[in-house]
Amino acid sequence: MYRYDQFDERLVRERVAQFASQVERRIAGALTEEEFLPLRLKNGLYLQLHSYMLRIAVPYGSLRARQLRQLARIADEYDRGYGHFTTRTNLQFHWAKLKDVPTVLGLLADVEMHCIQTSGNCVRNVTADHFAGVAYDEIEDPRPVAELIRQWSSLHPEFEWLGRKFKIAVAGAAHDRAVIKSHDLGVRIVRDGKTGEAGYEILVGGGLGRTPMAGQTLREFLPREDLLAYIEAALRVYNLDGRRDNKFKARIKILVHETGIEAFRAEVEKEFARIDKTKANGDPAELARIAAYFTSPPYESLPEVSRKLEEAQAKDVELSRFVEHNLFRHKRKGYTALTISLKPIGGTPGDISSDQMRAVADLAEQYSFDELRVSHAQNLILPYVRLDDVPEIFARLKAHDLATPNVGLITDIISCPGLDYCALATARSIPVAQALSNRFADPAKQAEIGEISIKISGCINACGHHHIGNIGILGLEKKGAESYQITIGGDPGDDYALGELLGPGLPAEKVPEAVERVVAVYLAERQSGETFIETYRRLGLAPFKSAFKEIADVAA
Amino acid sequence: MAAVKRPPLPVILVASDLLEGDVVFATSNGWTRNPREALVARDDGAAQALEVLGATAFLRAKVVGPYLVDVELDAEGLPVPRHYREILRTLGPSVRPDVGKQADFQI
Repeated sequence: MYRYDQFDERLVRERVAQFASQVERRIAGALTEEEFLPLRLKNGLYLQLHSYMLRIAVPYGSLRARQLRQLARIADEYDRGYGHFTTRTNLQFHWAKLKDVPTVLGLLADVEMHCIQTSGNCVRNVTADHFAGVAYDEIEDPRPVAELIRQWSSLHPEFEWLGRKFKIAVAGAAHDRAVIKSHDLGVRIVRDGKTGEAGYEILVGGGLGRTPMAGQTLREFLPREDLLAYIEAALRVYNLDGRRDNKFKARIKILVHETGIEAFRAEVEKEFARIDKTKANGDPAELARIAAYFTSPPYESLPEVSRKLEEAQAKDVELSRFVEHNLFRHKRKGYTALTISLKPIGGTPGDISSDQMRAVADLAEQYSFDELRVSHAQNLILPYVRLDDVPEIFARLKAHDLATPNVGLITDIISCPGLDYCALATARSIPVAQALSNRFADPAKQAEIGEISIKISGCINACGHHHIGNIGILGLEKKGAESYQITIGGDPGDDYALGELLGPGLPAEKVPEAVERVVAVYLAERQSGETFIETYRRLGLAPFKSAFKEIADVAA
Repeated sequence: MAAVKRPPLPVILVASDLLEGDVVFATSNGWTRNPREALVARDDGAAQALEVLGATAFLRAKVVGPYLVDVELDAEGLPVPRHYREILRTLGPSVRPDVGKQADFQI
């Protein structure tokens, strides 16, 4: 994992001191709320429904044990003993106090963490494939590129005050697990068909929110040495040409949509041609320095199959289920990437207590070369686990209510905090997630349904990625009450798609029944080996819509 | 002059405490964290007084985002917001009954 050098350290410490002074001036009344608002947002501090909320950056989802322990300490001493992992792989504390925030930022700086650019109209925390560096299907580890972009975009003087926020994701494998088509800018590591050389496909103009759009290819193949110059060109065109007259039309997706991808590309290429590449692309020695932090850990030579694990599985059906759903194929023989589900049945998706944080930190230290990952699906991953160690890890996870064997299943629900915490929300989302989780709790039922994703947002800003859920749920206000629209057919991956609306909104209590009806259509109609999304693609919306209509008609 | 747009009466004044971020309610002599102690304005004059109180506390950097919330009075005559969002603000997250005002004040 990357370690701060003296420049990173100084930059973060200076920022803590700067924000501490801004907080002091705000408390003294020398700064008005209007003046203070953009400053606090640039430091990840929101004012939410019940309290301030502090959003801490977890760059490309990578954490060390020491960092997670520090987060546990902050949760205990300055919050309410728990935190919430988001779909941008950040951690949110829901109960921050303004007067404590400078101290908390200092504690974060002690472990090379910060809240810089986790909000505001700037380049946000860069995300990546959560199996980076370990996935069997990886072309190249996306983390060095993500770290390069993180350093380049941190306090970038030209791009600190963009028209709107700007999200970048990097993927480096055959399969896209970083949802790059939902990003303002997506970087995909690819190999040139002719030379076999690794470079980048650049996508632009993706986004969810009130105007969901799929990212389009801006450049099919960009030589790796030109990455920063090209991103600079794209951001400059956006910064100059993007709309600033209307907040809702200020994202790059609107500019790309209104200009057209061809014309937008021409502008970017024109700008790219003008840029002094040697200056913009950074020093190759610096790139090499960054990349050196992401070399493989000292793996052991192990057999492909673990007898120890097989024997333990034969005796323990729960372990067997866990192995089936929570392990991901590793590039290294005898190892696995183990997902710790933060979706206990009936729980709050993405929430983790301070005790659980410490338990996971211990496991990362003992079994995964001191490293863990946060996924956009709001789960944690131990990326370097020996198959031999899985039974013991499982037992320890179980003792902390962290061994739910549901990764990729119907109860592995993505949900934003919704109106239980968020000031922007129009409806609650967590109780809907909990009701669905309870409805489909039976492991045998979950296994029968197989791979499916439910994603829930409590407003049109779509932090819960509802547009790209196989089943998406959007909470709105209708006639003074919470109402939930359901879409189906969304897909965040290689066959990226936005979901289609099933019908009118339903009250919360009708949502589980409606989802069950939709799933029943799939179970009745699926052909051998078909997942939910595959059956949907074959059948289309109609049969699901008519099953939904029966519920909607009763609810109306 | 156009009439001032206010929610229907009765109303209470809700804001966030600047230092703590906690939801606070105006009383006759300052602010309280307990929604049951909120001062209820039953006429336009009282509502206007609450607005002035909020604006002053905002200017003095005591609270952020003050606004009037329309309420109903329960059997004990205590104010309960009419809108579900505002009810949540007086209680805390519905999914964590152990935190927030619902726990602190056993509401």
